Amino acid sequence: MAEELYRLTVARAAELLARREISSVELTRACLERILQVDNLVRSFVTVTPELAEEQAQEADRRIAAGEAGPLTGIPMALKDVICTRGVLTTCSSRMLENFVPPYDATVTRRLREAGAVLLGKTNMDEFAMGSSTENSAFFPTRNPWDLERVPGGSSGGSAAAVAADECLFALGSDTGGSIRQPAALCGIVGLKPTYGRVSRYGLVAFASSLDQIGPLTKDVTDCALVMQVIAGHDPADSTSANVPVPDYRAALTGDIRGLRVGVPKEYFVAGMQPEVEACVREAIAQLGRLGAEIEEISLPHTDYALATYYIIAPAEASSNLARYDGVKYGYSALDKDDLWEAYSATRQYGFGPEVKRRIMLGTYALSSGYYDAYYVKAQKVRTLIKQDFDQAFERVDVVATPTSPTVAFRLGEKTQDPLQMYLSDVCTLPINIAGIAGISIPCGFAGGLPVGLQLIGKPFDESTLLRVAYAYEQSTTFHRERPKLG
Amino acid sequence: MPLSREDVLHVAYLARLGLTEEEVELFREQLSRVLDHFQQLQQLDTAAIPPTAQVTVLSNVFDEDVPRPSMDVEDVLLNAPRREENYFRVPAVLEG
Repeated sequence: MAEELYRLTVARAAELLARREISSVELTRACLERILQVDNLVRSFVTVTPELAEEQAQEADRRIAAGEAGPLTGIPMALKDVICTRGVLTTCSSRMLENFVPPYDATVTRRLREAGAVLLGKTNMDEFAMGSSTENSAFFPTRNPWDLERVPGGSSGGSAAAVAADECLFALGSDTGGSIRQPAALCGIVGLKPTYGRVSRYGLVAFASSLDQIGPLTKDVTDCALVMQVIAGHDPADSTSANVPVPDYRAALTGDIRGLRVGVPKEYFVAGMQPEVEACVREAIAQLGRLGAEIEEISLPHTDYALATYYIIAPAEASSNLARYDGVKYGYSALDKDDLWEAYSATRQYGFGPEVKRRIMLGTYALSSGYYDAYYVKAQKVRTLIKQDFDQAFERVDVVATPTSPTVAFRLGEKTQDPLQMYLSDVCTLPINIAGIAGISIPCGFAGGLPVGLQLIGKPFDESTLLRVAYAYEQSTTFHRERPKLG
Repeated sequence: MPLSREDVLHVAYLARLGLTEEEVELFREQLSRVLDHFQQLQQLDTAAIPPTAQVTVLSNVFDEDVPRPSMDVEDVLLNAPRREENYFRVPAVLEG
């Protein structure tokens, strides 16, 4: 085989599998071998599941031989360790869930299993998905495959690094304020946060329930469409899941964006942004223009308020969701104490790391008597204004184009002492979660050898248009084919 | 408006979150700065704006009332830190 199998895209591997030129077992072993070779450097995985992968690959080969294969049958992939996998450790990179083995599969896990995808393992993340660098993992930080002294972004840093380092063909992550898109940008891959309600959250360990969404991290836009096709759709087990028909995403990949209207919000090009990042993003937008799109400047006037709004709403919801970790039913437990109150407090003191504690404190404060109206209700009202900004913008344009992150990957340790600086890393992505709409990050160049991401933002449930624009851009560039040199 | 040590301890109590002395001081300082940043929202007049709790257009999603098997008891207790027969064991909460 001239091509190294682990470097394949999903689409290319599916072709080779369908033609029986390769088997899923060969492909899976190539990825497991790759993990052995490079994961001691990158550290994408919390858990690797070689036996399960081998078993699932054999089953996939049987399905392919029987002519029952779909586009993901036999494709090796990884899941962020916040997505429940029956019988496979799901830790959320937290001491609290260090030994937690879910008794059920998340809906996305089940859908991928039914589609014949092969689980290689579970990827590292910021603890309970709270963070922008994967340094908040209770176990170890993941490193950026482009520069091992730098972070991969977060919180889905393990998933992004695993895809960028060719340890798996695709991965799933979760995105509450940018946790798919920002690491995708920093690792030079494609990451999509679908519209809220598009993908079932059943079996996703909850962080902020009105903001969380699961989505794909892939090597290119075609693969993103293929994975979305399998994971999107209504699920009665998630009462916030939308009963909206799922279109044929691959059909959206026409390469034609002539006449499409692209809005560029002036508020997203702000002080603090690296000039090289801005240059790449401006050039990418100009390229959309050359491809026939109509570019116009727009305004999203409440953008400046999104960070504060997000860091009230998300911690408030988190403080409520994480109240379940009481040491009684699962997770770390200090219930050997005689006093129940002490036991709760000791369980949570040991089980949670500093950022999770910080957000529980912040959220509890914002919801507490005397501050509820001033913080929580105020933030919910500003949420309305931010959503209205997008509603109005989408009356004029089809998609909005912005940077994904104001900077390229930063150095490990650079922002860990200053929570606000870390929070600013998501300043371009979190308004999209607040509004509940869809956003995709795609590679749009390099600054100092490090990847830069272009974010495209779309109307609710219109992932097709995002994929169409992303694909047209990708086909006119070569950034998505660049891979880091490792090992 | 910096938080006091008592504020931090009160919030930690509400959250049933044990903190070390160092964490109390660290969070007092860090949370004060983050809360300062939140003051920015007070610039906006939102008197006439309704709050948004969630962005779906859904409300009151009902399921058919059909009996179906529950999760197996062994599965439910699989991760129990302390188990006694088919129960989760916890410290006593009532005297006597």
